[in-house]
Amino acid sequence: MNVVQAAESLLALSQQEELEDLSKDDPLSPSEDEGDIDGERKHKKLLEAISSLDGKNRRKLAERSEASLKVSEFNVTSEGSGEKLVLSDLLGPVKTSSSLAAVKKQLNRVKSKKTVELPLNKEEVERIHREVAFNKTSQALSKWDPIVLKNRQAEQLVFPLKKEQSAFAPIEHVLSGWKARTPLEQEVFNLLHKNKQPVTDPLLTPVEKASLKAMSLEEAKMHRAELQRARALQSYYEARARREKKIKSKKYHKVLKKGRVRKALKEFEKLRKVNPTVALEELEKIEKARMMERMSLKHQNSGKWAKSKAIMAKYDLEARQAMQEQLARNKELTQKLQAASDSEEEEEGAEEEGELVPDAVNEIQMDANGPNPWMLRNHSRGTKEIKVQDPEQLPEPVAHEASENEEEDRPGAEEEILLNEFEERRSLRKKSGLSQEAKLVSRQEPKDSSSQEVLSELRALSQKLNQENQQSGKQNVSSVRTVLAVQREEPTEAEEEPLLLQRPERAHTMEKLEELGKEGCFQNKEVPRPVGEGQQSERNPDNQPGAPKEKKRKEQMIDLQNLLTTKSSSVKSLAVPMTVEELEDEEERDQKQMIKEAFAGDDVIRDFLKEKREAVEASKPKDVDLTLPGWGEWGGMGLKPSAKKRRRFLIKTPEGPPRKDKNLPNVIINEKRNVHAAAHQVRVLPYPFTHHRQFERTIQTPIGSTWNTQRAFQKLTTPKVVTKPGHIIKPIKAEDVGYRSSSRSDLSVVQRNPKQLSIRHKKHLKKNSVD
Amino acid sequence: MKVKMLSRNPDNYVRETKLDLQRVPRNYDPTLHPFEVPREYVRALNATKLERVFAKPFLGSLDGHRDGVNCLAKHPKSLATVLSGACDGEVRIWNLTKRKCIRTIQAHEGFVRGICTRFCGTSFFTVGDDKTVKQWKMDGPGYGEEEEPLHTILGKTVYTGIDHHWKEAVFATCGQQVDIWDEQRTSPVCSMTWGFDSISSVKFNPIETFLLGSCASDRNIVLYDMRQATPLKKVILDMRTNTICWNPMEAFIFTAANEDYNLYTFDMRALDTPVMVHMDHVSAVLDVDYSPTGKEFVSASFDKSVRIFPVDKSRSREVYHTKRMQHVICVKWTSDSKYIMCGSDEMNIRLWKANASEKLGVLTSREKAAKDYNQKLKEKFQHHPHIKGIACHCHLPKSIYSQIQEQRIMKEARRRKEVNRLKHSKPGSVSVVSEKKKHIVAVVK
Repeated sequence: MNVVQAAESLLALSQQEELEDLSKDDPLSPSEDEGDIDGERKHKKLLEAISSLDGKNRRKLAERSEASLKVSEFNVTSEGSGEKLVLSDLLGPVKTSSSLAAVKKQLNRVKSKKTVELPLNKEEVERIHREVAFNKTSQALSKWDPIVLKNRQAEQLVFPLKKEQSAFAPIEHVLSGWKARTPLEQEVFNLLHKNKQPVTDPLLTPVEKASLKAMSLEEAKMHRAELQRARALQSYYEARARREKKIKSKKYHKVLKKGRVRKALKEFEKLRKVNPTVALEELEKIEKARMMERMSLKHQNSGKWAKSKAIMAKYDLEARQAMQEQLARNKELTQKLQAASDSEEEEEGAEEEGELVPDAVNEIQMDANGPNPWMLRNHSRGTKEIKVQDPEQLPEPVAHEASENEEEDRPGAEEEILLNEFEERRSLRKKSGLSQEAKLVSRQEPKDSSSQEVLSELRALSQKLNQENQQSGKQNVSSVRTVLAVQREEPTEAEEEPLLLQRPERAHTMEKLEELGKEGCFQNKEVPRPVGEGQQSERNPDNQPGAPKEKKRKEQMIDLQNLLTTKSSSVKSLAVPMTVEELEDEEERDQKQMIKEAFAGDDVIRDFLKEKREAVEASKPKDVDLTLPGWGEWGGMGLKPSAKKRRRFLIKTPEGPPRKDKNLPNVIINEKRNVHAAAHQVRVLPYPFTHHRQFERTIQTPIGSTWNTQRAFQKLTTPKVVTKPGHIIKPIKAEDVGYRSSSRSDLSVVQRNPKQLSIRHKKHLKKNSVD
Repeated sequence: MKVKMLSRNPDNYVRETKLDLQRVPRNYDPTLHPFEVPREYVRALNATKLERVFAKPFLGSLDGHRDGVNCLAKHPKSLATVLSGACDGEVRIWNLTKRKCIRTIQAHEGFVRGICTRFCGTSFFTVGDDKTVKQWKMDGPGYGEEEEPLHTILGKTVYTGIDHHWKEAVFATCGQQVDIWDEQRTSPVCSMTWGFDSISSVKFNPIETFLLGSCASDRNIVLYDMRQATPLKKVILDMRTNTICWNPMEAFIFTAANEDYNLYTFDMRALDTPVMVHMDHVSAVLDVDYSPTGKEFVSASFDKSVRIFPVDKSRSREVYHTKRMQHVICVKWTSDSKYIMCGSDEMNIRLWKANASEKLGVLTSREKAAKDYNQKLKEKFQHHPHIKGIACHCHLPKSIYSQIQEQRIMKEARRRKEVNRLKHSKPGSVSVVSEKKKHIVAVVK
């Protein structure tokens, strides 16, 4: 060890000397004497020898011992000196000679360039290559992300994804290769050709095209509107005609017919003035009808019906009338129409008609006090005043007569008036019935009778008025109407009055009523399912706040004391000497005091006890009340079933077994859990749901067709995946989902050898990998 | 005067044809149809029970091979055609509707290691233990012709698997390395390697067709890019993967059938954590195939059973087994997603229904509606314990059953130990590794 240390110190010394030498003279200068060099060499050898003592730190030096230290123009070496050859050293001698300028430039250029790095080893290159390729590929794959997500979340997937298109061939191709063979086909073809039905491209026939051209949209709309109106009108008329047809009154129809005839005549007159030729034609028509009538024996009073009527005519006004009608008609038809038909002649005709009718019939007619306006019409003009003056006559016929007069003035409104008349009659009939009833009632009730008296007075008054106003029949009608109106209103008022009287009383009890209603609701709810009540009460414990409240108040008074007693007993059970106990007691008391003061606000114990009490109350089975209000006694609003009945129908539930936590003051044991039901209940919230309410909602919405419409049912039960039997499902393709699949072949890329990448590219790769 | 009377149009209540269903007016007032939840619950219960009652998935077996069936292939154009290769080098083509073998070829000496059909369905390729790749015509030879392959490629090493490109005339084989071949050439267009080991299977991605996946015996799964002629990434698992299958609807998802009884579904962009670990098998999983809908896959296992997994569930939906079925070596899901075929050791190919209780054949619209309704009910009430119990109940062979019990105990013990270790060590010193990450050893870039 010592030897080594000495050698090292020596080495250090000699090195110092060396350094000094070096600093003194330039080692590279060529003008160095031999002696110096020799000395140096010796020195070096010495150093070598010393350093070799150290075994470990052997430095290999050049073995050559030629005089090559010198830098010559043929040989460049830095051997031995341990220095690097620097370019500037080489350039030193070049400086002087200007002939070497080109070389100088070249060397400068070399100096500016950096050295080429070593190529990466093969594994490294491959790794980089892989990494880049992987990034590229995963980027290319990420275009599928949205589609995959969509398909995963899709409500329904229908496979195969791409619908197989049935091979579409243009129709011309199909037709060219096809001929009509069967007779039916040929027929169809013929028809098509006849209509110039285009078989090929244009789908419209020339006619259709023309029509399309002819009618613009506006026109078409107008046309349609017109058509619609026409249709509406038609339907209206149809309805009216049907209505009129259904009217059963013969009289009405007769009047109608007459009106029509009259109208026709008028029109004919008009026509004669305006257009004589058409009028002539009309005339001929009428003439023809007349001739036909003459030929037939239709209205001759000789038919079966006419004979029977003739027998009846003596007694029956209507029959007589009908006969007359027929005869009149006969006459009308058989009479030859003259150019100028006078009203006088008509009257004459009427007189003749009267003669034609058997005498007996006429006599009766004259005697009849039941006035028939249709029969009287012809005479009315003459005998008007006489009839009106008649005091005994009822006001109604007068009114009718008056209306009749009017009617003659304006024959256009004839029908309507007639209809009105019928209605009035009908209403009158009803009212008379009513009044009779009222009279019957009046015997029982004095109040009603008095009103009846008032009515009769009114009637009398009105009659007097009638007599005074002889000229105007209209007023009569109105007065009668007013009377009737009074009559009509009277009974309704009588009916309504008790209701009105009751009302204020009810108003007082409106609030009560509401309460009652609520109670009723409660009862309704509670009665039908007493079994489910326990659950209900569990869900909303403040459902029946009425009953338990009072009890609560009482118990609140007690509970704390209870608790304290139980606690103190447990403390006392500890066997501890009395004196110590007292001391400790004091300490404890202090502590308790402190705790009490600290937690003065929250009364945990009381809360717990309250909770327990509520739980106990809720778990107790309730009595079932089966009383039905209104059965066997009076029912209605505000009535309560009697106590007896309630007692009878109240089913008391038997006392169950004592609660398990009866003797455990600080424990609540829930006895609700039904083992049988638990087998069918979900214990843990299933995975995708985050809240139990969510899950419950999905369970509670039914999906069956019993609860849903057909459409909703179909929607709710759509299967997630639909496959067609017998169809091959191919893997998804880029084209299927709207992506453009790459057109270049996978193989063509392989054939281009990618391993011959340029060095620069590899560098680029490396940079990428570093980043 | 208007007389009102009842008048009814017979069009409203007389139907024109027998098929003309009458609209029956209904009142949907909920008060008239009470107890909807209990009633639907009972319906769901009944539906679940009936589903189990009618769960008879086995349709038939195709027998004729004289050795274990080693590989299966679907015909890309015909649903009724299936190809199978056996361990004695025999290839058979089957007609499923007739359940008969329509053609038999002695293709190789030794095992038929792999079989795949061309995308157009006109020919198919086989690789065998005799170091050859052979291309065959799908149609049989004419009268008097000899049964001969279209092409034969003699290789230097044994090929253990083959798969055809989905669009182009390219196929890939695996053995020592993954080779990509042009159909017209006798030498591979490109070969890709990453280390030296025997690669057991290679599969083309059906959507992004330039992607390939392979699994090798040194426990890794390697992905390749054919365009760039380079491997992409490698993931090393606990145990060796037997085969992989790509999802036909999701381009970046594939499932690996592993020796450690599990299946791993990976997103190929994030290989460090599988998307889902599917565990139910009690022995090595030998083969896996996706349903063409991409929602489920079927796996064949050494434990003599076939299981169907939903892609997003870790437990199987269904397990198929029969008394005579031995180790199932290969399995395929037919392209109409209705049936499953599996080839097993004891020389049979079995045909199963994909939905065990499904009624086959044409359904009337009412049957269809009832089926959909029942399905929805089962889904709605699937969490109720009673229904869940019935739905999950299935009979298992004793061997599998006892194995499951045993493995449950083992797993529980392991878990307990882990928990204990976690409990009794310094917080942070022992980290909890999730089930998904547990089986991934490394991802190599």
